[in-house]
Amino acid sequence: MGKYLARRLLNYVVLVFIATSMAYLLAALTLNPRTHFEGRNPPIPIATQDRTLSNYNLNDKTPILERYGTWLSGLAHGDLGKTWAGSSINAEAGRRMWVSGQLLLIGTILGGILGIAAGAYAAVKQYRIADNVLSTGSFVLLATPVFVLAILLQVMASRFNQAVGRKVFEYSGQYNPAQAGGWFSHAGDRLVHLILPTITLTLAGASYLMLYQRNAMLDVLGSDYVRTARAKGLRRTRALRRHALRTALIPSVTLFTYAFATIFVGATFTEIIFGWHGMGEWFVQSIQANDTNAVAAITLFVAVLVLVASFLQDIIVGFLDPRVRVGR
Amino acid sequence: MTVPSHELMGTVTAESGVDGRAPLDETQVPGRARVVWRRFRHQKTAVAGLILVFLLVLMAFVGIHLTHWKYTDHDFNALQVGPNSSHWFGTDLTGKDLFSATMRGAQKSIVIGLLVALLATGTAALVGSFAGYFGGWTDRILMWIVDLLLIVPSFLIIAILTPKFRSFWLFVLLLGMFIWQITARIVRGQTLSLREREYVLAAKYMGVGGPRIIFRHVLPNLASLLIIDATINVSVAIITETGLSFFGFGVQPPDISLGTLIADAQASATVFPWLFLFPAGFLVLFVLAVNLIGNGLRDALDPSSGKSQ
Repeated sequence: MGKYLARRLLNYVVLVFIATSMAYLLAALTLNPRTHFEGRNPPIPIATQDRTLSNYNLNDKTPILERYGTWLSGLAHGDLGKTWAGSSINAEAGRRMWVSGQLLLIGTILGGILGIAAGAYAAVKQYRIADNVLSTGSFVLLATPVFVLAILLQVMASRFNQAVGRKVFEYSGQYNPAQAGGWFSHAGDRLVHLILPTITLTLAGASYLMLYQRNAMLDVLGSDYVRTARAKGLRRTRALRRHALRTALIPSVTLFTYAFATIFVGATFTEIIFGWHGMGEWFVQSIQANDTNAVAAITLFVAVLVLVASFLQDIIVGFLDPRVRVGR
Repeated sequence: MTVPSHELMGTVTAESGVDGRAPLDETQVPGRARVVWRRFRHQKTAVAGLILVFLLVLMAFVGIHLTHWKYTDHDFNALQVGPNSSHWFGTDLTGKDLFSATMRGAQKSIVIGLLVALLATGTAALVGSFAGYFGGWTDRILMWIVDLLLIVPSFLIIAILTPKFRSFWLFVLLLGMFIWQITARIVRGQTLSLREREYVLAAKYMGVGGPRIIFRHVLPNLASLLIIDATINVSVAIITETGLSFFGFGVQPPDISLGTLIADAQASATVFPWLFLFPAGFLVLFVLAVNLIGNGLRDALDPSSGKSQ
């Protein structure tokens, strides 16, 4: 198992390196940070433009491979470079990644648990009311893009607040800057702001997983070994949990981590709509602002997250599936 | 005058010449399309999806002409008004009629969805079947491209290139480029087993060329898979397109899509909900209906999938 995991990890590290390098080269070739210095009044001398851009390793007159080399050696020392305005990307990323991390972590875990639990439950109750409600709900959610879901929740929350006459739901920002009181009140304020973005990401992740898990569970429920488990005298719940669910989990776990990049895109919509200043929002802004180094840094962040998710998946699958553990 | 072929073969003699009726007619076997259609017809949700798609497409392409407002018009006597008898979906801040704008955006999204789905499924079918049938270096190179495209940061590429070139066809091409890989792998796997079948081998030993075998024998046998995949790809493409357009990385102004309409409505959605609800409602209904058709087709075309969904 150890050897297997080490090989997988090596494979992922190589993939992260390739993906990030491609992102850097693509961004360096097509984005032009010089637009920020051109056409100003009074005009900035070309020599000054060149010097400033060279300082940030953004000068398009430097050969692309040389810029790439500088960027790589910076990366090897843990330095992600500078934005077009000269501020440190490490500092900006360090602040923003916790914002995104919070959303992604809670959304992924809640979405995963909810999706798997609902899918397994619906399969056990096939064609009953609970199954019909859950399946129809997932099917409708599946047709609802994340940005529609997020704005819809905002509209509903605003209507609800108006009806109650009190601000029960917050749908903009991470916290209220004017919040009075001590640590406890601030924590509560942040928690309230977290509710709607979390619901958005949870539902988006769960709907997909639920339908998938339901199918996987239905395939397993009819199998011989579940019948055998019941026949040898196991209780129904125990047979379902120990034998059916465990097997049916394997494809869902694979799917869920595979879809992690999609979840990041979902989190990007969520951040922009709910006004959170995270990595996703920064990604969109830095593409629009021709900010090469920032684009590369965010791609690295996403690639590392996908790596962690894939590696976790290998561990979980190895735990669930003895064939993987013994090693092929 | 045409002569029934079985008469020429001598299977029927004098009596068939009398009334001219072919006795073999009563054993007529229903065609495949007919069987599939019959199975499809018996699923209420799938038929509902089909009707819904038909109505929505009709609304987008014909319904847009029912109002005298054009999507480029601005009614300065009705700025930011809710749905009413003149502006069925209301207007936005500049007096733009939201009904014609939504229908215009829907046209764009539907056309992109169909084009991208055809492109993606077509590419997947070609690449997968050629890789699987020929094997060897063809297989290795094609599968290497597939793997490469899976790890390329596709979102980033589209986000950078589309606003730069502002070309509709480039956008369609890029969208199509990034959703065919998984299907290509499945097609390849199926082709590997199909190429060992007797009828493929027979064709091969009769001297039929590889590409011809693929188009005549391999791909028709994968038709069910490809039809289902193309249907699902329509909804995948529409969701991706509207999402990218929402960020401003997709359909570029002055063109509009459902995604750009929703993006425009986002900031004021809590105050003027109709700006958001109509384009979003159209989008969700359309994707839902396409998914229902996809599910129905899966059950109709592939009996082994059962009624599990």
